[in-house]
Formats: sequence, structure tokens, C-alpha cells
Amino acid sequence: MARWPKPPEGSWTEHFQLGTEPISYEDSISSEFYELEREAVFKRAWLNVGRIEQLPRKGSYFTKELAVARTSVVIVRGTDDEVRAFYNVCRHRGNKLVWRDYPNEETSGVSRQFVCKYHGWRYDLDGACNFVQQEQEFFDLDKADYGLVPVHCEVWAGFIFVNLSRQPEQSLVDFLGPEVTKLENYPFDQLTERWFYRGTVNANWKLYMDAFQEFYHAPVLHAKQTPPDWSTAAQQSGFEAPAYTISGPHRLVSTAGIHPWNLPDNMLKPMERITRSGLFGPWDKPDLDYDQKAAGINPAGCDPWGLDSWQIFPNFTILVWGQEWYLTYHYWPTGQGSHVFEGTLYFVPAKTPRERVAHELAAVSFKEYGLQDANTLEATQTMLESRVLERFPLNDQEVLCRHLHKVVGEWVDEYKKLEEAGV
Amino acid sequence: MTTTMLPAEFADLEPFASTWCLATESERFAQRLAVPMDEMQTFYDAITPRYEEAMAYCDTFPLDDMPEDAVNLMHLLYSMIMVSFPVECWGQGPVPDTGAAYLDLLVEPGP
Repeated sequence: MARWPKPPEGSWTEHFQLGTEPISYEDSISSEFYELEREAVFKRAWLNVGRIEQLPRKGSYFTKELAVARTSVVIVRGTDDEVRAFYNVCRHRGNKLVWRDYPNEETSGVSRQFVCKYHGWRYDLDGACNFVQQEQEFFDLDKADYGLVPVHCEVWAGFIFVNLSRQPEQSLVDFLGPEVTKLENYPFDQLTERWFYRGTVNANWKLYMDAFQEFYHAPVLHAKQTPPDWSTAAQQSGFEAPAYTISGPHRLVSTAGIHPWNLPDNMLKPMERITRSGLFGPWDKPDLDYDQKAAGINPAGCDPWGLDSWQIFPNFTILVWGQEWYLTYHYWPTGQGSHVFEGTLYFVPAKTPRERVAHELAAVSFKEYGLQDANTLEATQTMLESRVLERFPLNDQEVLCRHLHKVVGEWVDEYKKLEEAGV
Repeated sequence: MTTTMLPAEFADLEPFASTWCLATESERFAQRLAVPMDEMQTFYDAITPRYEEAMAYCDTFPLDDMPEDAVNLMHLLYSMIMVSFPVECWGQGPVPDTGAAYLDLLVEPGP
């Protein structure tokens, strides 16, 4: 007996017309598919590269390595406060323009201009070339023709996106669509205490997205994270989401929550009771004033409500917790069988030492769970690559996994058609 | 003269200070992997009953302007959280079944 009502079709999967047959993971193990995906997905879709708080002042900049597109971009706040993005390459002899010590590591800082380390060419924050070393030695060189190469860059709700195509097919807001953009009513600008994690995972980027877009795995994979009484109860009841939403290429899972402070001691880790915090966040919420309905959050109206996790195509997740904090995930492919995973936690800045300690338990818990997920995926990747099995059954709580792989396939098919048509 | 790291009220925790007053998550995580379980258990047993008093002491200062010994006490509380996972859940330093995985914390808030 389902705890939450399913759509009239009898399942979420049929409701979204995604097919119910077992699916292939060839898209996660094929190097040919990966090469197509780079062009069809990562050079066409809007990609989130950070938040506006990372550029606090005029001249603030950061670089982003995009191995999937074999490039690097620099994002900068200009003297006019406009946020711009450029390919991170000097127009003279192609040297990487902004880096520190290690050319392949990301960097950030504040600068009045960018100066190439190789021959000293200089660029204004708006990309214009303003100085060429020994300019008179060049032949008919007009600095106006040698500005930095711009990258399409737009900001939504404080999230900075770039698009590597020559001409994006949609504006950022059109790309995000009417459901995702409701989130702009969430007060992201008040949650500025930032924790940034990064690790390399030897699994295809979509496999890690799959791990975080279904919670069917949670009572099993993470059983040892909780007291035995809790783990047993969680496995017996299993997981059901009260609501799924699909909007264009993007998808949402929403969950019901618990009030941990009402649980008996045998259901909690002692540290949770001691610090009044845990994986779901601090028990004592900050005062955040926002209109949940306008933000499209908690669509099933759960009380208590757990979390809303928006998987924004292709590789970006915004997960808003009922305990009034949020996190983001980014999955940056580095090959068909590897990617760089980034997890960033955002809290309303702790006002007291006690609040800061509560954040610590939430953050450490996040990492413990994340490590288990990441390691399991390496085990999955290696066996998918054995090709012993070709089709895999997905249940109705794995509906979003089905959607991701379908959408990536559609983008690749569309790209192939455009290529064949010579567009 | 021996130098102490913690406020005088917490002299009973001083034996743990040189091992566990660590300023970053990456140092604390590495320490958890390096220190034997029985030592983590001893530290956990000593600090958890002192949590409320330690927190009340730290809460007398503004978060952005804490004296050094109070900051050290905060770092000791962060380490209490770090060892709580092995002590309360799985009886070993590493998270079970995470041999190949790592996740580095590159930006974290103070103090």
C-alpha cells in the first residue's frame, strides 16, 4: 500500500511517459558516447559555475576548469559591476591567462586587469586588450582586434551560468523553465556561509547524479550510519517520495521529513542529541522569511517536509532542506568513467559558537554519506564496463534516473541530426 | 613553564588538546584515520559530558572575535564531532566501504 498517492496512471514513471522497460547504461561506459555528449550536452547547455557571492567586489574573479569542453574560463565582476566570462586564453600565443603555480588548478582573487605571464599582454576586466609589449614590433596589429574571447554568461537568483555555444539556443531563464525559476523566491542571498568539497570519482557523471536523484538506496547503503533500530525501521518501511516533478530537461524529487528531536534515544546518534543537529541540518532553524509556495518548494505540502532536490540539466543540483539550509552538487566529467564531484553547503551564517558547532555536525555527516555513495559508484562503473549485463530494471522511485538518461540521449540525437544537416 | 591551550576551566581536557585542537576539517579527518579507536573512545568519553559547559563558555564571546583559548576549545568540539562517527557507529576510523573515495573540504567557515 503506497503511503503517498501516485498519479492517476498508477505510477510516476507512466505519468511522465518514460517507459517502464529495463534501461541500458551504454551511455555511461562508451567513449564514443562520451565524445558526443561533450559536444551535444556540455557545449550547448547552460552550465552553473558558481555564485555571485564568489565575486564580492569590482575586479573579483575566479577561474573554472572545464575538462569536458577542453577549456578554462575566467569569470569576473567588472568595474561596472557586470559579471562577464571569457575563455581563459591570451590572444597573443595562446597561453592560459589566469592561473597560479599550477596551470590546471582553479584560482580566484581580485585584480584591476589580467596580465599574461608569458609576454605581458594586458586585458581590462571587460576583456579589451590594453597593452602589448613592444607593440611597434608587430605588423599591422590593432589592439582593438585582440580582446579576450567572450563566453555567454548570465546570472539567475545569484547563480552564475555560462554557455559555450556560439549562440545559445535559449536564454538562461527560458532554459531553466517555469518550474525551476520559481526557486528565485528562495532567499539564497541570505545563506552565505559556504563549505566547498571536491573529489574525483571514478564513475561516469550520470551514475553519481543517479545516486542523488533517488533515495531508494538510502536505507540500505547508509544503514551503518544510524543506530540499528533506526536502520531496521528504515529498511522495513523503504522509501517513497510524496512528489516528483519533471520540467523540460530538469527534474525534482521532494521528500517528507521527520522531527528528530521527537525521536527516542535508540533512534538517534548521541552526537545528534548533544549538538542538536545531524544529516538533515541543525534542529534549530534560522529565521528565513520566504513564501514556500511562490518558491515552488514542498509541492506535496508535507508537514514535516524533508527536502526538495532539483536536478538542473545537465550536471547541477540545488537541494533545499526543510531545516532551512541548502546545498549544491556539480558533476564535471573528465572522461566516460570519471568526473570531478563538487558539493557546496550553504547556511545562514552562524551567529553564535553554538550555531557554528551545529553546522559542523551537518557538514561532517554530509561527507560521511557522500563518501559511501562515491565509493559504491566506482564499484558500479567497473562492472557496467564488463558488459556482462546490458539491461537494468528501474523501479518507480528511480523515475528520475530514467529521465536523465533519456534526456541526455535526446540531446545527443538532436545534435547528430543538426550535424548531419550541416547546421 | 608549560603552556596551556584551553581555558583554565577546561584543564581536564588539556591532555587531548595537542592531538585534537586542529583548525581544519582535513587535519581532523586525517587525525581520525591515524589515531587508534581506544584513544578516540577515551577522548569522546571525556569531552561529551563537558559539552554544555564548553558551549556555554564559548557562547560568551562573539563568533568573529574569540580569544585563542576559546577558539582552541571550538576546535576540540569539532574533533568531538569528528570522532563521534567511529565511536558511535562503526568502530573504525574510516567510513565503511569507502576505500577508494575521498572528498576534500577546500573552503570552510571559521573560526
